[in-house]
Amino acid sequence: MSTLRGLRGSAAIVGVATFGNGLSPGFTDMELLARSAHAAVEDAGLRMSDIDGLCTASGGASMWPLPVIEYLGLNPRYIDGTMLGGSSFIAHLLPAMQAIRSGQCSAVLVCYGSAQRTSTVGRREMGQLRRFVDPQPYEYPYEPMLPASAYALAASRHMHEFGTTREQLADVAVAARAWARLNPDAFMRAPLTREDVLKSRMVSEPLSVRDCCLVTDGGGAYVLVSAERAKSLPKKPVYVLGNATAVWNRQISSMRDLTATSAKQSGADAFAMAGMKPSDIDVLELYDAFTINTILFLEDLGFCPKGEGGPFVESGMIAPGGKLPVNTNGGGLSCTHPGMYGIFALIEAVRQLRGEGGDRQVIGAMTALAHGNGSTLSSQSTAILGTAETL
Amino acid sequence: MTESQGVEAFHQLELNTGRFLIQRCTGCGKHVYYPREACPHCDSTSLDWISPKGGGTVYAVTTVRRKPAEGGDINVSLVDLDEGVRLMGRIDNLAPGAVSIGQRVNARVQVKDGKGLVLFDAVDGGAL
Repeated sequence: MSTLRGLRGSAAIVGVATFGNGLSPGFTDMELLARSAHAAVEDAGLRMSDIDGLCTASGGASMWPLPVIEYLGLNPRYIDGTMLGGSSFIAHLLPAMQAIRSGQCSAVLVCYGSAQRTSTVGRREMGQLRRFVDPQPYEYPYEPMLPASAYALAASRHMHEFGTTREQLADVAVAARAWARLNPDAFMRAPLTREDVLKSRMVSEPLSVRDCCLVTDGGGAYVLVSAERAKSLPKKPVYVLGNATAVWNRQISSMRDLTATSAKQSGADAFAMAGMKPSDIDVLELYDAFTINTILFLEDLGFCPKGEGGPFVESGMIAPGGKLPVNTNGGGLSCTHPGMYGIFALIEAVRQLRGEGGDRQVIGAMTALAHGNGSTLSSQSTAILGTAETL
Repeated sequence: MTESQGVEAFHQLELNTGRFLIQRCTGCGKHVYYPREACPHCDSTSLDWISPKGGGTVYAVTTVRRKPAEGGDINVSLVDLDEGVRLMGRIDNLAPGAVSIGQRVNARVQVKDGKGLVLFDAVDGGAL
């Protein structure tokens, strides 16, 4: 870990952008990505010709960096197409920091776009295709509704072991919506009560449709450069203090303990690299594909003891006005979720540390944790970010 | 088994004749499921096939809610076999919403259109 400690704060996020959140009929994945990428590069005060590193991933195309490089007209010396599901764009951080440190490249663009909501090739078609190109012969015959049923199984176990309730799960969705109501870019902003969540259509017990993330269109991108170079660029740099990624299983049936994710490892490793602990963090962006996620990650990342996530969220702690602001953009539950959400969690963390949060700004935030999750509680990647004061 | 096919094909062919087999590692003694070419615990490539006793306990449970036209509600469970391995399955002799964590179950093989699938039946005594 000592060499990783040497990377603490060595790179900074200097440009971020999102585009087309919600409904963007007539746009392709690539067009949403390209608009986001150009806006993020411009936000960084750079030109696309300055970009010599590229990280990207797609839920559909297995060689996605190739068309992205072609479309954007890049000639990158550093390319990372690692696809771990929704956590990918947070997992791209540490290798990119190493590439910048080694001199392999100097400005890395991380970008994503998905027209999942309005595309003619919808989730149903993608799901059917995946059965052939990425088979799970020991799960598919039982007809789980993946990914929802995998998270429902985890929720059932958490409820069984710790007494977590559907009401507490609902409180996660209610808190996310309360944050979304402060964010003009959020997709769902109507008031939401615990009762609304409990009465909404059941999808895979105990998870109702309001326990599940949105399906939206959207793109997101960020630019990473060395801490040294960041000083000469226009926006307030947000430094990467720690990042780590962990995978313990792919299938939910191969997960040893459904109440403990590999976020325990990614979180501990990221905190070790940053030389920090949970109580040092001012704002959290946790990948809330389902309400149980927020509870699991609060526990596994060390913000409350294992099994106490339910009472923790019930106390109002994570909602606007609570002591620990979580998912300040409204999260995947109420802001945006175009197939993979990780990059949007990271972008919101950057905006908070820049002080660009508007009505939802966490006053004085200097440290943030962005956590990505991929597939069915399969991959976990934790990033710890800070302002110049934290270096 | 022969050396000319992978363990996935062998396991399925046995299921298709009504036989449910799991692996046991001769290196570390642990049971392995789903079938692997090498033990994920100790990396030994020496794995025997055994017939599990069939008893198990429901570890986690969900009911997938579907419209009748899409097949109706269906139970999806994770079952821990007494041999110590976990697998996805369906508790077939209870209504979908009536399955509880801790329920004792027995495995059986359903062969339909020539294809075998492991299913589970709840046994008397209910949830532990």
